[in-house]
Amino acid sequence: MSLTYDEVLARYEPVLGLEVHVELNTKSKMFCGCTTVFGGEPNTQTCPVCLGMPGALPVVNEKAIESSILIGLALHCTVTPYSRFSRKNYFYPDMPKNYQISQYDQPICVNGYVDIEIDTNDGLKQFRVEIERVHMEEDTGKSLHMGGATGRIHGADYSLLDFNRAGIPLVEIVTKIVPSTGKYAPEVAKAYVAELQTILRSLGVSDVRMEQGSLRCDANVSLRLIGETTLGTRSETKNVNSLRSVKRAVRGEMIRHAELLNAGKKVVQETRHFQEESGLTRSGRSKEQAEDYRYFPEPDLVPVEPDAAWVEKLRASLPEEPTKRRKRLQAEWSVPDKEMAAMINADALDIVETTVKLGADPARARGWWLGEISRIANEKDVSISELSINPNDVAEIVALVETGELTDKLARQVVEGVINGEGKPAMVMESRGLKVVSDESALMAAIERAIAAQPETAEKVRNGHIPAAGALIGAVMKETKGQADAARVRELLLGHLGQK
Amino acid sequence: MTDSELDHLSTEMDVILSAVARVQEVATPEINPTSHPVPISNVTRPDVVVPSLSQEQALSGAPAKEDGRFRVPQILGEE
Amino acid sequence: MITRSAHEMSQALAAGEITSVALTQLHFDRIAQVDGDVHAFLYLDHEGALAAAKAVDSARARGDKVGPLAGVPLALKDVMVQKGVPTTAGSKILEGWRPPYDSTLVAKLKEAGVVILGKTNMDEFAMGSSTENSAYGPTHNPWDLTRIPGGSGGGSSASLAAFEAPLAIGTDTGGSIRQPAAVTGTVGVKPTYGGVSRYGLIAFSSSLDQAGPCARTVLDAALLHEIIAGHDAKDATSIDAPVPQVVQAAKSGDIKGMKIGVVKELNGDGYQAGVRSRFEESLELLAKAGAEIVEVSCPNFEYALAAYYLIAPSECSSNLARFDAMRYGLRVGDEDGVSAELVMNLTREVGFGREVKRRIILGTYALSSGYYDAYYGSAQKVRTLIIQDFNRAFEKADVLVSPTAPTTAFKIGDKVDDPLAMYLNDIATIPVNMAGIGGMSLPSGLAPEDGLPVGFQIMAPAMQDQRLYSVGAALEAALLTKWGAPLLSQIPALGGTK
Repeated sequence: MSLTYDEVLARYEPVLGLEVHVELNTKSKMFCGCTTVFGGEPNTQTCPVCLGMPGALPVVNEKAIESSILIGLALHCTVTPYSRFSRKNYFYPDMPKNYQISQYDQPICVNGYVDIEIDTNDGLKQFRVEIERVHMEEDTGKSLHMGGATGRIHGADYSLLDFNRAGIPLVEIVTKIVPSTGKYAPEVAKAYVAELQTILRSLGVSDVRMEQGSLRCDANVSLRLIGETTLGTRSETKNVNSLRSVKRAVRGEMIRHAELLNAGKKVVQETRHFQEESGLTRSGRSKEQAEDYRYFPEPDLVPVEPDAAWVEKLRASLPEEPTKRRKRLQAEWSVPDKEMAAMINADALDIVETTVKLGADPARARGWWLGEISRIANEKDVSISELSINPNDVAEIVALVETGELTDKLARQVVEGVINGEGKPAMVMESRGLKVVSDESALMAAIERAIAAQPETAEKVRNGHIPAAGALIGAVMKETKGQADAARVRELLLGHLGQK
Repeated sequence: MTDSELDHLSTEMDVILSAVARVQEVATPEINPTSHPVPISNVTRPDVVVPSLSQEQALSGAPAKEDGRFRVPQILGEE
Repeated sequence: MITRSAHEMSQALAAGEITSVALTQLHFDRIAQVDGDVHAFLYLDHEGALAAAKAVDSARARGDKVGPLAGVPLALKDVMVQKGVPTTAGSKILEGWRPPYDSTLVAKLKEAGVVILGKTNMDEFAMGSSTENSAYGPTHNPWDLTRIPGGSGGGSSASLAAFEAPLAIGTDTGGSIRQPAAVTGTVGVKPTYGGVSRYGLIAFSSSLDQAGPCARTVLDAALLHEIIAGHDAKDATSIDAPVPQVVQAAKSGDIKGMKIGVVKELNGDGYQAGVRSRFEESLELLAKAGAEIVEVSCPNFEYALAAYYLIAPSECSSNLARFDAMRYGLRVGDEDGVSAELVMNLTREVGFGREVKRRIILGTYALSSGYYDAYYGSAQKVRTLIIQDFNRAFEKADVLVSPTAPTTAFKIGDKVDDPLAMYLNDIATIPVNMAGIGGMSLPSGLAPEDGLPVGFQIMAPAMQDQRLYSVGAALEAALLTKWGAPLLSQIPALGGTK
């Protein structure tokens, strides 16, 4: 009795709640000086503090507090004048102290919002997602599950622990419940996470890479009968590792809940794990007997009381809000909605803006990045920012085309050369011999040779049959290996044959 | 613990709990709780990397290790 | 030589009367002779101690300037982490653990050239008042080997009274420096919370724990205090202020015009007659030395014990969660098919003693949702009331005084089955920890009825630790004049059965 999405919406209203964990990109860990660089040999980035050794004590990373305040400010939150850390007590082998230092009753920032916009068949729709809190905590280590068939925890014989990640600063951003999204719930969830990514990236506080786990989303979903005011039982879906998965997970949970409810069954309050292949969730630990974390104020750390001057200094350093910036750039560059959306989707806004700032015409800059360069990036299955071509290169190429030193066709080869690592545009032009032949005497010589080789064609042109010139121009372009400006060749040829 | 140990312990616990419950006699709502004896705040460290332990030092006390990692018994529960 | 004070030993070293290597060896010889009876030490670091002694001797020979206690031996409570040296905190669960790092306190001792002889016995994870809760067997009081040396730092206090070391380090969460000092006739100081770094002190109750000096004289304690105290960036609760001038205070001992407040609630019923008479006698001596004695009342102190036995167990239930058999220490029951959680439970069952389990259970309960407000939350409010009591009292007096412990040393085994009776030992010392202020215990004589040492407690406001030493030195001097020789000269000779 599988339900369609429309059938779900006919009876139920979804209620969302999203918890996003962000790894900060500080140089050192939250409570100790160990490096946070990704990918070191196991257990080489640990110390008594992050291994939870007897006697070791935490001290808070100042940059982590600043980043958390910046995040709060960017999300329109209030920075609380008094906040503190607590201990969240539970046993898990990859958590060295068997308590996580986190913020509980007094988080660093509260009460903010994020405005998002989604593109629907009914046009653009706006939603405001309200933020309940932003708080700081520490990451756990990583487990490798050994033996057994699946490499998963179930059926494993034993596990191997690496604590390099333990103690990396995390900021958790928790929304209030998001009601009234109706059928757009999956899109709203996705757009919210995407907007968070953009905001956090603009702040420079995190790498925000979902696939690497530096941004992780837990999606809480519940359903209630339309018209009902009390909330239904929610499930919490973890392991949602991409924007696409956020959308699929919410939609999938809505359908799963509706099927249970329609069958007269109860939704169990539990953690579910999203499975990328199937798009379905699998039951994790049941939270029916909710774990008692026995929170209490962390006695090893003193309260954080950001003074107003500090907060205002941080506020002054905030970059322009991404939504405002997008509107401004769209106006400045006169970009149609659809192309603007494409640029945002391709995550090309920053790179195009930089290119424009370096003097390139906005339309041309956009054209290169979203055209040829995106095409190559797609082929290589990487993002445009990962290619070895940068805004400087593109601005230079745009300038060369404008001055006529390169044709569009030649410029494409230069782009390809830069991406292949052949050097800066000028070097690629030099080594590949890509330069517009603008020496007119050389062009005239080539034109005369073409006329001599095709006298009948030349005669037709002389007699006013202009389209015949194409063959002659083609011959010239061939001889100059495409490095002549075809328009100029045409002009010179027609003039020479008395057709100007 | 054996059953008799547990019985003994639970009797002791009852006695201790009723003794410590005396705190409720004076803990009225208007009193602020004290979690830290010395009232200081905003103690932080600069975001500077300092050398870590070597892998050998990190694992030196491990009951079991393998491939540079701590080896632990199978973990029940979620991933 | 070994019966001298650390200060005298230091003078002898400076004068070239003895080398540090020889002094260290003398102490190891003494330990070999008597520690079979006393059992103050859990581990002796012959190699490390002699190497440190030799380094100081070489430095002196070169004419380098060395610190005031350079080359003097010290006994370190086993709760303090020392790199490469077995550190157990008196527990089976840490048996064989050799830490890969030094506590800040140990680093400071090493820097000062103090020679660390080894690690002393203690109640497991510092939970206890008798050292009977050590997983490695009890320590015996050198005054009477059938009696307890106090706790949790009974090994440190006993090592001083047995002349196995002239200096020791203790830690004090509810009285674990002062009560052992009281019952062994030695001096012990719990500095202001945050005065000495806790980095590398294996935590029992983080908001109460404080390391401090143990010695046979007030001046020795002050010399050691100045070495171990000071701000530490690795401890967020460390106070960023200059160390109080405790050595200067101990040397002058001037208390003229000082107001000394007797805490009404820390005396009377429940205090042994000899404890009370020695206390009264000390008050008279202090008055003669020029102090004004006033009475103060701290009505909420009667709730301090109850609050302490909620806060300390709550914090310890969390602090001790890390002993889970995964990364270091004991592991029990790791067989095919057994889960990590079960291995942890089996290990903790075997690795922790009864008192530790009792407190973990109590603390887990006090923090659990539904009980938090009634227990842990209420205890924190009592803490506020105790601080307010102290603040009011310190408006009337520069320091407060009381007997350190209600009784002299009791017999080993007498109270092991009665936790509440055991907890009462700390009734006079706990308020100091709750408020984070400084406290000292020094000998005030022997109780006439049993001939055992009695301790006199001095309490000073936060960061005014020098007042402890002024008053302590004044009383010590007055008592020395009265007795003609230090109290420890009356200690029975240890047979050296081993």
